[in-house]
Amino acid sequence: MGEKQKFSTFYVGPVFCGIDVGTVQEVVRCQKVTRVPLAPHVVRGLINLRGQIVAAIDLRRRLGMSDFLPSESQLSLMVRTAGGIVSLLVDEIGEVVEVGEELRELPPQTLDVKSRVLFSAIYKLSDKLMHVLDVEQAVKFAT
Amino acid sequence: MNEMESFVNEFIAESHENLDQVDRDLVELEQHPTSPDRLSSIFRAIHTIKGTSGFFRFATMTALAHAGENVLSRLRSGELILTSPITSALLAMGDALREILKMIERTGQEGAHKYEELIGTLTAIYSDKPGSGERQVDTKNLAISVTEPQVPKRPAPQPPVVAEPPLIGEVLVEAKMVAKGDLNAALEQKQSGDSRQLGEILVAQDALRPADLLAALEVQKRARAFASSANIRVDVDQLDKLMNLVGELVLARNQILRLSSRQQDAGLQTATQRLNVITTELQEGVMKTRMQPIEKVWNKFPRMVRDLAEQFGKKVRLSMEGQETELDRTLIEAVRDPLTHAIRNCIDHGIETPEDRVAAGKQQEGHLLVRAFHEGGLVNIEISDDGLGIDTDMVKRKAVELGFISAEEARNLDERAACALIFVPGLSTSDKVTGISGRGVGMDVVKTNIEKVGGMVEVSSKPRQGTTLRIRIPLTLTIIPALTVMCGDERYAIPQASLLELLRLDREKSHPGIEMIHGSPVYRLRGKLLPLVYLRQEIGLDPPPADAGSGDGLVTNIVVLQAGNEQFGLVVDEVHDTGEIVVKPLGKEFKGISAFVGATITGDGEVVLILDVLGMAQRARVIADAAGGMPVEAQPVARPAPSDEERVLLFTVSGGLLMAMPLSLVTRLEEFSRSSIERTGTDEVVQYRGEILPVIDLCRLLPTEDRATRPEHPEGNFDVKVQVIVYSGGSRKAGFAVERVVDIVEDQLTVQYPPSRKGSLGSAVIQGKVAEILDVNAVMASLGSTRMEAS
Repeated sequence: MGEKQKFSTFYVGPVFCGIDVGTVQEVVRCQKVTRVPLAPHVVRGLINLRGQIVAAIDLRRRLGMSDFLPSESQLSLMVRTAGGIVSLLVDEIGEVVEVGEELRELPPQTLDVKSRVLFSAIYKLSDKLMHVLDVEQAVKFAT
Repeated sequence: MNEMESFVNEFIAESHENLDQVDRDLVELEQHPTSPDRLSSIFRAIHTIKGTSGFFRFATMTALAHAGENVLSRLRSGELILTSPITSALLAMGDALREILKMIERTGQEGAHKYEELIGTLTAIYSDKPGSGERQVDTKNLAISVTEPQVPKRPAPQPPVVAEPPLIGEVLVEAKMVAKGDLNAALEQKQSGDSRQLGEILVAQDALRPADLLAALEVQKRARAFASSANIRVDVDQLDKLMNLVGELVLARNQILRLSSRQQDAGLQTATQRLNVITTELQEGVMKTRMQPIEKVWNKFPRMVRDLAEQFGKKVRLSMEGQETELDRTLIEAVRDPLTHAIRNCIDHGIETPEDRVAAGKQQEGHLLVRAFHEGGLVNIEISDDGLGIDTDMVKRKAVELGFISAEEARNLDERAACALIFVPGLSTSDKVTGISGRGVGMDVVKTNIEKVGGMVEVSSKPRQGTTLRIRIPLTLTIIPALTVMCGDERYAIPQASLLELLRLDREKSHPGIEMIHGSPVYRLRGKLLPLVYLRQEIGLDPPPADAGSGDGLVTNIVVLQAGNEQFGLVVDEVHDTGEIVVKPLGKEFKGISAFVGATITGDGEVVLILDVLGMAQRARVIADAAGGMPVEAQPVARPAPSDEERVLLFTVSGGLLMAMPLSLVTRLEEFSRSSIERTGTDEVVQYRGEILPVIDLCRLLPTEDRATRPEHPEGNFDVKVQVIVYSGGSRKAGFAVERVVDIVEDQLTVQYPPSRKGSLGSAVIQGKVAEILDVNAVMASLGSTRMEAS
């Protein structure tokens, strides 16, 4: 019996993702996002989180999906990173799952390099695969 | 943190302050070696350190301070006279004490270094008998000489060594300004009901000269500042937290103001107004607690200047003006290193050796002036010396040698632009690398550091008369007044500090309105050309819908801004109100975007970006990057142009033959002298911005039938200027040498007549004249193997 770990799950397009429950501060319905001209494409803009200004990263864009949704229909996952709080825009929030170490596998080598660095592991749940998002990698991108 | 630790921390902080004071006093004392006030002040500081370190059982500190105190006590009694070596030894003691303090701060212990040598030196000074004449006690770079006292021996005054502010009477009697009897008489009079100050009574009784009284009051004031019983130490984090909260409060206040303006309730209105006033006062109050006099940084300068001057064998007199000028503490920290560096530069590069100065007919002693003052909501700091000035020829030569600019560009630079070259990273004019400066890093760091906090640096210089470095920084970084503007449906804030005026142009009424110079829009503002920058274009929005539309489309709003020494007009869609905003930094995700300094949250909770005026100007090339040249706007202007028209560069080749090419392919227009064109293999090249740029002579490539019309450039006529169009397509770059650049026009580039030769795409009618359209690809292909030589 391996260690159990808890993940907050969410969908980005068709991709079922999970991140360590501890890194998530809160989930808010996405309010107005202020566009930042000249900013990298994956940055949707800035959000006012109770007086704190946080950058909103569109995970659809980050995962290389071409289509994206209007921010009003998305949810904002506030995560703690080394550089402070960052908002990740996702489509839908799933449940918190608790999974054992035995279901864990590394992302297959066939995945293209760009997405492989984003996922630190894959968990084989009974009905689907959970992609564990490496938050630090997700908020790190070439500017 | 336990109690002991907090005592130790307080001791460390206090000792650092005391030692800074000691440094200043010592340097001052060198000029006036017998000033009793200074000596007493130093003595008190060292005595306090000795006492407190003894209490904490920091034995090395105590021993050092004791050795220093002994020397000081003999200085004070007049048995010793302060000489440069003694000053050096005492300063070295201060440094050693600082080192120990740092060690204690880090480890809680004094560390292994016992400073025996230094203590030995100090003891040697102390035990040297007066009257034994000059003697050398040589220890590690410290030549100690003790000279015979030159002043009559004075009775040793005994000022109170405890950190209690002395009474004025004590001060007066100690300084022998008042006889003890007179003082007692005056005291009695005061006790019997005289309401006047003791000093006044003494002056009235002719027992004291007014000048002496003033001097004594000064002594008392200093002692009081020293005792600092009216101040408390506050953790800086605590202040920052308070400042953040006030920032939040300001935002909440703005929201309330907005909401209540829609309500009729008179009671609510009154309460909101009250909240408004209190918040403003609170904000000012908290901001004041964060303000510190710039003296905080300057404190170190006298000592530093003394050490550096000695090191470089120069004589430097430092004067400082406006020490009391206040700055936010974050800014104080930010200017510390740049100022220090600038001063080093002045002494190392600027001020000449005493011999050179005398030879140049100047005073032996160089003058370094550091000045601070408030002006227009900004803090101005100037560092001037009366030294050599910047040798712009040498700077230019270096810049060319290192490939920052071409020889051609260097020749076209004016004095100011040449001076500004010293800010280019990697450029050092010092021929020798000293331990202090000349390593090619420096002034660029000064510039970046100052710009990081929203400031500006500029340098002006007069050959052989001196150099002035001018730094301008905002008062505070956190809460600033700003103007809100609209562009599309986005709001942006512009810091008021850079705002000069607002212009509203009615496109139909104002003539000539916006004009173009080589494709760059300008506006005539009171007879001067104001370059215009379209915010829409800078932030990547489409140009506004054709101006035939709404009424607003007929009006151009121009915000006139100051960026460095330049002014420019920012064209925005709408101008809104001004108000106070709280500046919040942008995250690391946005590093590298020079267009914004931060963001703020408005009264209705929206995030609004704050424009970086300087960055904006640099992006739009209002301010030249490193050097001049003739910038050509490569992007289309925001002014809507019919889609089939494009901007066309017209030029002539051999014998006035008119040719055209799209301006979008042109990076720059340059002028090179014939002599700067060199050969490599079969190609002609020119050194350009650190690269080798091939030059294709279009006159030779596309000759007219009648070759006689174009005189071959005679060999030897090297001063002839050649006009060159710099083209870059992807990684390929080349310069096209043409006869003359004629104009930039807007017209259709449609081939109306087939090409008659290689290098041409055909001809078109442009502005009523037939012009051949240059086949850039064919011309580029002529480079190297497929070279078409007109033989």
